[in-house]
Amino acid sequence: MTITETLSPLRPEGDLPVPSQLDVLEAESILVIREITAELERPVLLFSGGKDSVVMLHLAAKAFWPAPVPFPVLHVDTGHNFPEVIAYRDATVERLGLRLEVASVQEWIDDGRLRERADGTRNPLQTRPLLDAITRHRFDGVFGGGRRDEEKARAKERVVSLRDDFGQWDPKNQRPELWNLFNPRHRPGEHVRVFPLSNWTELDVWRYVEQEGIELPGLYYAHEREVVERDGMLLAVGPWSPPREGEAVERRLVRYRTVGDMSCTGAVESTAATVADVVAEVAATTITERGATRADDRISEAAMEDRKKEGYF
Amino acid sequence: MSTLLRLATAGSVDDGKSTLVGRLLHDSKSVLADQLDAVERVSRDRGLTSADLALLTDGLRAEREQGITIDVAYRYFATANRSFVLADCPGHVQYTRNTVTGSSTADALVLLVDARKGVLEQTRRHLAVAGLMRVPHVVIAVNKIDLVEHSEEVFATVAADVRAVATALGIPDAHAVPVSALHGDNVVERSAGTPWYDGPSLLELLETLSPATDPATESFRMPVQLVIRPQAAARAAEHVEYRGYAGQVASGAVRVGDEVVVQPSGTRSRVVGIDLGERSLDVAVAPQSVTVRLAGDVDVSRGDLLVAADDVVPLRQEVQALVCWLGDTPLHPGARVLVKHGARTVLAVVRSVDGRLDLDALALTPADTLTLNDIGRVTVRLASPLPVESYAESRRGGAFLLVDPDDGRTLAAAMADATAPGEGVS
Repeated sequence: MTITETLSPLRPEGDLPVPSQLDVLEAESILVIREITAELERPVLLFSGGKDSVVMLHLAAKAFWPAPVPFPVLHVDTGHNFPEVIAYRDATVERLGLRLEVASVQEWIDDGRLRERADGTRNPLQTRPLLDAITRHRFDGVFGGGRRDEEKARAKERVVSLRDDFGQWDPKNQRPELWNLFNPRHRPGEHVRVFPLSNWTELDVWRYVEQEGIELPGLYYAHEREVVERDGMLLAVGPWSPPREGEAVERRLVRYRTVGDMSCTGAVESTAATVADVVAEVAATTITERGATRADDRISEAAMEDRKKEGYF
Repeated sequence: MSTLLRLATAGSVDDGKSTLVGRLLHDSKSVLADQLDAVERVSRDRGLTSADLALLTDGLRAEREQGITIDVAYRYFATANRSFVLADCPGHVQYTRNTVTGSSTADALVLLVDARKGVLEQTRRHLAVAGLMRVPHVVIAVNKIDLVEHSEEVFATVAADVRAVATALGIPDAHAVPVSALHGDNVVERSAGTPWYDGPSLLELLETLSPATDPATESFRMPVQLVIRPQAAARAAEHVEYRGYAGQVASGAVRVGDEVVVQPSGTRSRVVGIDLGERSLDVAVAPQSVTVRLAGDVDVSRGDLLVAADDVVPLRQEVQALVCWLGDTPLHPGARVLVKHGARTVLAVVRSVDGRLDLDALALTPADTLTLNDIGRVTVRLASPLPVESYAESRRGGAFLLVDPDDGRTLAAAMADATAPGEGVS
């Protein structure tokens, strides 16, 4: 019987376009961003200037065009960010006419609410300023650029993921997520983290950057930089990451696969100077982006899961 | 151009599902060197002689500690012309909830059956759920074929048994592939161990399955998520008067010039523009997310449904549905709930529980409550009428959620007008 057999006048004269994998991923992300924005009162988008958050913001701009993005962006600044990324962040916010909120890890350290860790990494220190900003601004939906292919704890997380009133994630008791009916409702004090890029891979992100002509901070492309080799990673030499004793500073042609805290984000040797070069490089890579570039994820098998349970991104 | 296929896996305890998923990822070269190093390290620590590929998918600490899979995990792999999103659904803990979740978005279900054991209760249950959820393709991986000496006869018997159950459950063309997840037979590469099998390997089969929906043969539907009306906030002066209706094309296609009806109001209008960001489109197809502009001054708000003018959806105030109960408190008749359908959420009352599905007998049995992981039939009365389609005709238009109005929990996955597999009517 059925609708499906009825000849509809919508049936085209010619062939209908077949959506590509990137079209499908884009459509799902935009659906999620619109639905959460419609259902919640005070969403916010986490924006660091890293490629995933840049793509997420690009999708948000598309979702509401020609109206402006109807929520502010929040950056949790470790204080050890690459200056060119901060400049990129500010230029982007300006171009899109957004309100930028900054939660500063440095301020928390300066006034004694947080203490520097012995290993010098500030990544785990971001959780409390993040949760504080969420509470202070009463944000009820927090868009993050996390992808499930990044890490195995992330692979278990829902697109719309509930946080209790302490900001904690309970991986064993997650809300079932059915069809594409996303449900962000929650009790007062709770909030949801929302990951519109859940189903994207690193390669999808780069192909989309290429397709859409999205501008990224320059350090994603091959450039010369002073680095030291530490634990098999190339770390930039800078004010917060001086060479340790016995380490040789070298100038190498590198690029970043992820962009985060300078002190624990490694560069990879690369000659990929354009988006097309990077797409080719990522397609042929044999190491995951976190494995290649994140010292903090090497701490233990469950480093990310433990941080996430406490309220990390 | 690459297309996307969404898969769900299901299987019983110890049938080697995590190993199969690990094998698919590994042999399709989607596991990178550092991930494999980690698996090999942990395998060695546990005294294993070879890498346990199941460790690739067990992501949570508790899962690795207990050697079980707790929650649906999502994995990604790709071949030259297709990308796969794989929802790996655990078999034993809360299997109904997990399989329902994984199946709801799947284009294909890969069901593992142990060649030595054949059809188990769990197999029937998983097939029943796949049938209820109307997963378009079902693929049976008859696993551990190496443990039955690669026997053609064993494979043929198991495949025939599974197909018989599948057919009875309304799944017409279940494909069967003899595999050994442990050794990789017929997972990615065809195996020399099964010379009698001339079909495709599992991955080859997955590469050729048609996508779940065909916009050319379905009627246009689009739930309106938002009204885009920038007014003074427009990013360019020419858009101050812009008014568009944003949503994802749920089914079919829409072209500029098409007549559409706004439901539930019944207002008729014509599409004068379709926008995807700054780009104007002549046509949009499912599942694109777009913004549609309509002729004239029509009243459209969030939650409305845009449909093809020649195929409107009847409005209903009362819906009978099969539900999978996901709440940890039981459902009693008279419960006040929220119904989320498309982009609309309305108050509703569960008027009656009309029966519970016995997944082993595959029949509806009398019941007046439903508890966690039960599948049952209910009658829901809506506070305002909705254009709910039959789930059999439209997975998108016939699906809705029951949500707890107090704390927002998702209580149930509901499929309008669906019948229990054993009822024989469909």
